[in-house]
Amino acid sequence: MPILETKSLTRSFGDLTAVDHLSLTVDAGATFGLLGPNGAGKTTVLKMLTTLLPPTQGTASIAGFDILKQSADVRSSIGYVPQLISADPMLTGYENLLIFAKLYNLPHEDREQRIRTALEFMGLDEAADKLVKKYSGGMIRRLEIAQSILHRPKVLFLDEPTVGLDPVARKTVWDHIDQLRTDFGTTIFLTTHFMEEADVLCERVAIMNLGKVVALGSPQELKDSVGGEDVTLDDVFVHYTGNTLDTGGGFREVSRTRRTARRLG
Amino acid sequence: MKYHEQDAPRAGLVNPPLRRPSNPLAVAASFIDNTLVIAELEIRKLRHDPTELITRAVQPMLWLLVFGQVFTRTRAIPTGNLPYLDFMAPGILAQSVLFIAIFYGIAIIWERDLGILHKFLVSPAPRTALVLGKALSAGVRGLTQAVIIYLLAVILGVKIDWNPLSLLSVLLVVLLSASLFSTFSLVIACLVKTRERFMGIGQLLTMPLFFASNAIYPISMMPSWLQVISRVNPLTYEVDALRTLMLAGGTSTYGVGVDLIVLLIVTAAMVILGAFLYPKVVI
Repeated sequence: MPILETKSLTRSFGDLTAVDHLSLTVDAGATFGLLGPNGAGKTTVLKMLTTLLPPTQGTASIAGFDILKQSADVRSSIGYVPQLISADPMLTGYENLLIFAKLYNLPHEDREQRIRTALEFMGLDEAADKLVKKYSGGMIRRLEIAQSILHRPKVLFLDEPTVGLDPVARKTVWDHIDQLRTDFGTTIFLTTHFMEEADVLCERVAIMNLGKVVALGSPQELKDSVGGEDVTLDDVFVHYTGNTLDTGGGFREVSRTRRTARRLG
Repeated sequence: MKYHEQDAPRAGLVNPPLRRPSNPLAVAASFIDNTLVIAELEIRKLRHDPTELITRAVQPMLWLLVFGQVFTRTRAIPTGNLPYLDFMAPGILAQSVLFIAIFYGIAIIWERDLGILHKFLVSPAPRTALVLGKALSAGVRGLTQAVIIYLLAVILGVKIDWNPLSLLSVLLVVLLSASLFSTFSLVIACLVKTRERFMGIGQLLTMPLFFASNAIYPISMMPSWLQVISRVNPLTYEVDALRTLMLAGGTSTYGVGVDLIVLLIVTAAMVILGAFLYPKVVI
């Protein structure tokens, strides 16, 4: 049984249809990747699934709850790491976790235990009492993931989890994301435009372009569908999204990505 | 290359998922908890970096020391049986709370730009609790101003009402007023959404709110059109309550009960409006 299902999920901004009748399912315990060029509508999908943005049409269900009618239940069942840096730089790592433990009404008796486990799990126990503004980019991302798993979400949403990170930090974040799934059985739904990231982490990927899914399958299936020798997921991406120079995000998205990259770098 | 594909789930890590409270009492308790957490966040931040509290104290200090001292000499403002400095001190307390609260929206926009706000809104905490928590955070900052202004007032020889009940009531009025104006600020931030536009509007609002009130001169001195504006300005009721409660021998124009009811109703309306608009700031 799928843990996440979208039914004709649509969102328009004025004349622009950012997400166009999206219907897909994600199985429990899977890692699912939503790929696409800048401006393909990935972040808009994520904002709708995390109840931040109401769809113009259609709906979705997560862990059996409808995102429109049972949004509070949906919010209790999910974790979310936005593309923007969402850890508070003026607090310590521990405090960042404590605030969210309280915000999610975690039972008082095992709050400390969960925070310690999460810090340890993400390899941050030694930096717990340092202010986050002194953290490196990779540490901030790991802290944010720690924040988002305190309440043991059934589905974890990651929006461009490694944008702006150097290769070593990126690899560490990948390790932790993958371990999260094996250790906790968390379903992971991530967006990315790094093909290698999708190849390493995801069992199934959907490639989006201009608000629509243009290809869906395992990384291997997608490579096979393009055909030819030594096909990489990059080739698949170009094959399905066509001339990416014409699409691509616009000023707001690019400036947001760069801001994130600058703060992580 | 996949990692740990065959690992079994680690014992002790798989806990039952979160349950949301269902009975009304538990819902209310978690609502209060969530509200307090947001205020706790603010207190923790202030503890890490209290410089802002000190720089914020400079402006009211100048008003009392410079403006207050000069106008005490002119004796042009009818303040009843109060010396002008005494008359003005509660007004300056109201002003410094207003200045802190009215720019609170900038913090909302900052948190939106960082992505912190997205995560608050994805949590199951009720929106009203998030907004009320923000209001309370502004209240905490307002209280630090109250301490500084009391200190100054004592040094300058203002006759303070030290009755514990009066002090407690001043605390309440400051908390309430900071909540009112900070939530008003949050509402504006949610509507204009960018820092630049917000700064413009913030500047535009503070002056009329301050000068079209009884903060530094009585309303009876004003031309009648300005009197009308002052009477619908919540700051007037805040000042009236503070003047009554803070000073030994202070008298109220409207009655402290009326003042409190006005402040409460406007705050409640702002919080409801704020809770409705808050989620829209991330769209």
